[in-house]
Amino acid sequence: MIARLTEGLTARALVLMGALLVLALAAPMFAGDYLLTVLILIFYFAYTGQAWNIMMGFAGQLSLGHALYVGIGAYAAASLFVHFGVAPWLGLLVGAPLAALAGAFIGYLAFRFRVGGVYFAILTIAVAEFARVGFDHFTWVNASSGLFLPVKQYSGNDLWHLRGQPVMFYYLLLAATVAALIGCRLLLTSRIGYFWLAIREDEEAARAAGIDTFHYKMLAVVISAAMTSFAGVIYAFYYNNLFPEQVFHISRSIEIILAPIVGGIGTLFGPILGAFILTGLAETLTGALNAVGVDIPGVKQIFYGICLLAVILALPDGVWPWLSQRLGLKGRGS
Amino acid sequence: MSALLSVDNVSKRFRGLVAVDRLGFTVPEGSIYAVIGPNGAGKTTLFNMIAGVHAPDGGEIKFAGERIDGLTPDKICRRGIGRTFQIVRPFPGLTVEDNVIVGALLHRHDVADARTHAHEVLRRLDLYDKRAQRASSLTLPDRKRLEVARALATGPKLLLLDEVMAGLRPTETDRMVAILRTLNAETGLTILLIEHVMRAVMALASQIVVMHHGAEIAQGAPADVVRDPAVIHSYLGAEDV
Repeated sequence: MIARLTEGLTARALVLMGALLVLALAAPMFAGDYLLTVLILIFYFAYTGQAWNIMMGFAGQLSLGHALYVGIGAYAAASLFVHFGVAPWLGLLVGAPLAALAGAFIGYLAFRFRVGGVYFAILTIAVAEFARVGFDHFTWVNASSGLFLPVKQYSGNDLWHLRGQPVMFYYLLLAATVAALIGCRLLLTSRIGYFWLAIREDEEAARAAGIDTFHYKMLAVVISAAMTSFAGVIYAFYYNNLFPEQVFHISRSIEIILAPIVGGIGTLFGPILGAFILTGLAETLTGALNAVGVDIPGVKQIFYGICLLAVILALPDGVWPWLSQRLGLKGRGS
Repeated sequence: MSALLSVDNVSKRFRGLVAVDRLGFTVPEGSIYAVIGPNGAGKTTLFNMIAGVHAPDGGEIKFAGERIDGLTPDKICRRGIGRTFQIVRPFPGLTVEDNVIVGALLHRHDVADARTHAHEVLRRLDLYDKRAQRASSLTLPDRKRLEVARALATGPKLLLLDEVMAGLRPTETDRMVAILRTLNAETGLTILLIEHVMRAVMALASQIVVMHHGAEIAQGAPADVVRDPAVIHSYLGAEDV
């Protein structure tokens, strides 16, 4: 398994990745509160982007409703915690299967009845919107008035109940991102990964090569959905409040897909790089503007738009394929 | 030789159009059969029925003694029928090697194992040196051979080739013919091909089925078929008036 992880990677790539990991591990030691908040956001988007990438980048299925899985994970863990004091890790054991089930539902509808491409994307939006409206009337989770987790001043970090300082969430998301990267690399270099890529490239040809495309597309949705739900758990316990209007909103789904698009759809490092570029630069921009006394509402969204335009025009495959070539890190799928 | 594939009284209609009309023939194991006929004769429709893209409206198709008509393309491939497409469709974004690995993984679970097998197949198809290239960067003759390689990697007992010679120069055609003959001779692979290039058909096929307007108008050994007046009239064309 170790061999499969590193196979095809140059020594330079491994050294660089090690250095980045050390830097990321050490970051909280010199990062201030603000920078840490930004880094938490970055790794949140790197992780969710990686999960989304399994569907779009690997299996070629465009989901524009990944907020659904974030929301299911968030609400499952948070409501169980609020109502019964159940630890979020146990909540995840409920949330992840529920998210997977929701993904399977969408996948079954779409793939069984040959709904593909744009229509599939619309279906994912529709189900996320149903969830948003549904949760707005779901009184057990306080409907539209929002679900609040009890908050007090924490001196220590309770990893089991996810109650503590931002630095704990930082390390959790960093660990999740690294685990997702490794997991995706293993998936991509396995039989499943090859079949996903074949489906992405040409579904009819994939079927003619003996691939049960329904089965493998379902796998992609289910894995992606379950992975995404973990980000929802972190979201709930980091922000301590959940509103259907926010969690399930389509703009949340769009945010998730920006990092992998900018970084490079279908690449393993793209979602991470994209998250750094987008969130990192956007926050720097707002910070710099604030410093000179300019406060433009919506400047971040405008910046995202410009980034997206620039990438689509200049580097349609994303920044990572170009950058890895520049850095001399050629290797399959890395 | 027992029949590997038998097509019995098979029909297919698209709305009013009868694409294939009560067609029947059997392909013995280890043979090379060709289906020829003018454009629109129903050859590709016939292939699509054998490969599971369409279910026949009537008749039955048996492969290795079992009925396969109506099964999905992936199930049919898993039973042992590999196919190529008339308009080639390799996985464009993948390397030549990865294209063939996908096929090899059908009956193998280990990627390294599949890669080894893919290399064997690539050597057979003269593509080994190009294995690191993206499929989209290949020339048409190379892409045609890649299609055959991918289908072959799935380990078929029967290979369906839909106009793999079309668009090839004569030297490329001869190369493909040589590859297919060797395959047939060395591995006993049964081949059923649709072809317009008579040079290839005559060199390869032991038996020819001629289709016209969805129906069979002649069947037999190549030398006999090309002298058949009906075939000359509808397809080959008379040399003299």
